[in-house]
Amino acid sequence: MATSNGKRQVEDLHLRNLTKKFGELAAVDDLTLTIPAGSFFALLGASGCGKTTTLRMVAGLEDPTSGTISIGDKDITDLRAFERPVNTVFQSYALFPHLDIFENVAFGLRRRGVKDVTKQVEQILDLVELSPMARRKPTQLSGGQQQRVAVARALINQPDVLLLDEPLGALDLKLRRQMQIELKRIQTEVGTTFVHVTHDQEEAMTMADTVAVMNAGHIEQMGHPADIYELPRTVFVANFLGQSNLFQGQKSGMSGDDVVVSAHAQNFTLPTDRSFAGGNSVIVGARPEKMRVLDEVDAHQIPEHHNRISGRVTDVSYMGVSTQYLVMTPWEQEVIVFEQNVVVGDRCEVGDPVVVHWSPKHTFGLDGSSGTNVGVDPEVLALEAVNQALAADIAEA
Amino acid sequence: MAHVVPTAGVSASPSVVAQRRSRTGYVLLLPGMAWLAIFFAIPLVTLFATSLQSPVEGKTGRYQPGFQFSNYSDAIAQYWPQFLRSFLYAGVATVLALVIAYPLAYFIAFKAGRWRSLMLVLVVAPSFASFLLRTYAWKTILADESPITRFLNTLHLLPDGRILNTWIAVVAGLTYNFLPFMILPLYAALEKIDPRLIEAAGDLYASPRKAFWRITWPLSMPGVVAGTLLTFIPAAGDYINAQLLGSAKNRMIGNAIQTNFIEFRDYPTASALSFILMAAILVLVFTYIRRAGTEDLV
Repeated sequence: MATSNGKRQVEDLHLRNLTKKFGELAAVDDLTLTIPAGSFFALLGASGCGKTTTLRMVAGLEDPTSGTISIGDKDITDLRAFERPVNTVFQSYALFPHLDIFENVAFGLRRRGVKDVTKQVEQILDLVELSPMARRKPTQLSGGQQQRVAVARALINQPDVLLLDEPLGALDLKLRRQMQIELKRIQTEVGTTFVHVTHDQEEAMTMADTVAVMNAGHIEQMGHPADIYELPRTVFVANFLGQSNLFQGQKSGMSGDDVVVSAHAQNFTLPTDRSFAGGNSVIVGARPEKMRVLDEVDAHQIPEHHNRISGRVTDVSYMGVSTQYLVMTPWEQEVIVFEQNVVVGDRCEVGDPVVVHWSPKHTFGLDGSSGTNVGVDPEVLALEAVNQALAADIAEA
Repeated sequence: MAHVVPTAGVSASPSVVAQRRSRTGYVLLLPGMAWLAIFFAIPLVTLFATSLQSPVEGKTGRYQPGFQFSNYSDAIAQYWPQFLRSFLYAGVATVLALVIAYPLAYFIAFKAGRWRSLMLVLVVAPSFASFLLRTYAWKTILADESPITRFLNTLHLLPDGRILNTWIAVVAGLTYNFLPFMILPLYAALEKIDPRLIEAAGDLYASPRKAFWRITWPLSMPGVVAGTLLTFIPAAGDYINAQLLGSAKNRMIGNAIQTNFIEFRDYPTASALSFILMAAILVLVFTYIRRAGTEDLV
């Protein structure tokens, strides 16, 4: 199975029309997806979006209602979990508490009748840097160490696909960062296809070379993390992956190669190839760090072709690397802007009349029929509502 | 609790507080210790003293303090078959109870879902009726004319043509009566097992059968040990089942003790038998726990 460079020849994982229904609810809805061999693939989505169900179907722990799963040309849909060339790193690690680390790691090999496991176990424990812990019990290890045992226990079987179910969820922030790098290193070293399920967008973006954003049982958008981030194709992705400022508008015409959208009596332009709106209803968007805030008196400095919105600063938070501005537009929408702290001093202050501007190249157009709130954390929405009510009360008083 | 400790010089120093606190612990132990002393330690000493008494010449049922160790050898010489039978019956009943209880406890723990509580209540429910009453009921169930006996007889499965008054009835009664003591600890142990461990075993190429023997069974070991002990110990000392369901050939050591105490008024022999039974069970239990290696689990 091993090729000369130590990496294994692996094949693509194909999901075709995969559907899983729990009663009436389709947890996974007609999912078709190819995960290239040797890639680090992340399924990103909020809880309940179907990502874990998808993973469990690939692992064989859940039967699909319909559709097929195959690795290369081999259909594994009807194979039971223990017959599949797939291993899982479970969310809670699921290490066997009565076996020591060595036996935990050797478990898969022993079940497949491998007689001499010592060398392989030692090798994989070396890879995850846990050799001195071989004779300890799982409970004697720290969270990060247990996590690495779980990875080693799965990887030693040289699976065609390694599934990781929120593998870093139980670790604290610092350790999680460390393990992200560690996992990426291990993946590069062994060359196995990693399918990683997470709700943490940062985790998905740092590790994966392909991210699929999942929502309500289907994939909203898939691609390289940077591509998805820079050019979201749906409102859900724009809101779920990072933050976006979105303005509901109507397509009003063309200007050369650019689409012109009118929203709130303002015109915004964006390149045709950055617009994914089917009809005339368009949501115009831009990422907060692509926007600049300029005092109204300096507005003449803004390049002619830039999109712009005037407003009033309502909040300034200095965050070290950047400063976060909240700017209230005349139509009472809060725009969020991240300014790099390149220049010392000379920041705008609360109450200043300002102009927010950004390049059309950083603008994207989305289908306007869904509204601008899809994919925003419901808690954030609730908080915003409270804030608005409070602001209204204060204004009255 | 750190805030309770007063600053030095204001009132008691921390060491005094600590002392007082540890004294509180002992005070709280008192009721339990008193209970143990009055109802366990003192009777045990009395029992031991009785077991060494010698008969008063010419007066049956009267004994005087002494050190008649021959009471023990005499008791063993006379009652070794009853001892053997007790451990044999209790052993068979324990194994049977384990075989019956394990699948049931497994089902309740992993598959019963919302019926779980109801099933547990059903397991315990028979205990609401008296032990004696239930054993009498078995007399009817296993009687020669009962449907069960007739059915088994048509299959020619019964060597003596009957169940009642044979060892089968005694073992059946013991198994039935102590079954809840097997099911409950097994359930408690199985219920603690994370089902994801079994999924993980499946993910690591273990067939359901292998996953059971490699993961579920070893992890349920504390329950198996507790259940077998809770079944074996009372079953070995029981005399009701042998008396009501068995014949004279099926008498257990509990019957011997009872007869000696109540009928023959031979208190020293009865006491010696009780002591031997206790010692034998202690030895058996310790060997068993050593073998099962429970301290290595969990």
